[in-house]
Amino acid sequence: MGNKVLMKGNEAIAEAAIRSGCRHYLGYPITPQTELAAYMAKRMPKIGGVFLQAESEIAAINMVYGVAATGRRVMTSSSSPGISLKQEGISYIAGSDLPCLIVNVQRGGPGLGGIQPSQSDYFQATKGGGHGDYHLIVVAPSSVQEMAQLTGLAFDLAEKYRMPAMLLADGTVGQMMEPVELPDEKDVEFTEKDWAVTGTKMQRPHHIVNSLYLVPDELERKNFERFERYRRIQETEARYESFLMDDAEICVVAFGIAARVSKNAVLAARAEGLKVGMIRPITLWPFPSQALKEAADRVKGFVSVELSMGQMIEDIKLAISCRKPVELVNRAGGMIMSPDEVLAGIRKMNGGDNQ
Amino acid sequence: MTTGILIAGFGGQGILFAGKFLANMGMLEGRHLSWLPSYGPEMRGGTANCSVVLSDDPIGSPIVNHPDVLVAMNLPSLDKYEDEVVSGGTIFVDSSLIGRKVKRADVRVIYIPATQLAHENGIATLANMIIVGKMMKECDFLPYDGIEQAVRTVVSAKHADLFDVNMKAIGIGYQYQ
Repeated sequence: MGNKVLMKGNEAIAEAAIRSGCRHYLGYPITPQTELAAYMAKRMPKIGGVFLQAESEIAAINMVYGVAATGRRVMTSSSSPGISLKQEGISYIAGSDLPCLIVNVQRGGPGLGGIQPSQSDYFQATKGGGHGDYHLIVVAPSSVQEMAQLTGLAFDLAEKYRMPAMLLADGTVGQMMEPVELPDEKDVEFTEKDWAVTGTKMQRPHHIVNSLYLVPDELERKNFERFERYRRIQETEARYESFLMDDAEICVVAFGIAARVSKNAVLAARAEGLKVGMIRPITLWPFPSQALKEAADRVKGFVSVELSMGQMIEDIKLAISCRKPVELVNRAGGMIMSPDEVLAGIRKMNGGDNQ
Repeated sequence: MTTGILIAGFGGQGILFAGKFLANMGMLEGRHLSWLPSYGPEMRGGTANCSVVLSDDPIGSPIVNHPDVLVAMNLPSLDKYEDEVVSGGTIFVDSSLIGRKVKRADVRVIYIPATQLAHENGIATLANMIIVGKMMKECDFLPYDGIEQAVRTVVSAKHADLFDVNMKAIGIGYQYQ
């Protein structure tokens, strides 16, 4: 670890990806993540890596599919509409059990939407997104430091479990600058994977990368195997931050920029004497259900704070089996709630007025 | 202590640059800080604003809803944000571009004709840094030491020739009575 530098969130992702051994970036520009691609365009040629601006998002994700098949670290990035275009390719990569990193710096939708920050791709990210039964590992940074940190984690988990990972950020965390301590350069020495398609040199059997299984029981077995892996991930890889939860009677749940805003509201509520804490999911899939389930035994209610019409709130209700009320504080379309709006939601949950 | 600063004006006035300078001052001081631009399709002539938070503690929201310090570099910005400033806060007004006075009585107001001063001194594009200089003078959260280093950091190597004029602009603002 070195000294802190001042960087934009999008740039921190790019630098962290390079330091964690990624030498292949395939993308297509879109606001508000373009700084990431621009950073890669500058750096990759200097370090023997590949930066390629594809002709479309669809082409980019299929190039990712190709590089992933060789076992090399590879990534793409885009923002909401572009991520929708990539879904077919992501489903193929998941169906072929290949690791890669997809970065979504979300903007308001649906459709072409706007370019201001949003979290309304939560469903798409955490429930699969493309066709078929599959999941992505989804990490949700709420600071520039986490943009860097979780990029490395997402690569590691993707490789460990041979599945695509998504870093789900938003325009605010992408555009803001904060001091960041970048991870050390990781040895990029390539280790041969026992599944990678790298040429047999006539010395070993073929490795086959494929997502087509025309025999139903074989395809079913593939799905069962994959979901057995998913179950292990859900048991061991859920990550979250617990903030002032020890004596909390109300639990705010928020991720990304919404968690940053909520933190101010939690502190303001504490100053009013309200016992409020926050659980901030760091992984959205696996969702930290166990932590919420345990919190449900102690708190009288939850407040879900989201930049969407209410998506994560469904996972909260599932996690706590609807045992406690969940209040929604939300903005959409690129608007961001103020700490005052979150505080109003907290007061409402506490049984007070909504002023 | 946490200070929320909101700098607002037209695109092209160096709003984001002024914010970056303050952020770099915070870096040199080893403080917690965040810098958040408004980003949008608008370029020169559109509205631009920039939130900078400097704090002794980890920062929650990087969005400054209720600034301790507001820098208004055009009338729409003053109209929009005047009421949001915390009671006891400070408003810097570029009085060469904003004809009206601040209505509030519970804030400290500093009028400086930054754009006019910039023109008079042959540094027309640096009204932003003249106001920054005035901020250094008036706000105790910004020590004058280390200012050269912060300017060097924020003026990229490619534009190193702009170091002197930025220092000149800060000096003009700092000395303005």
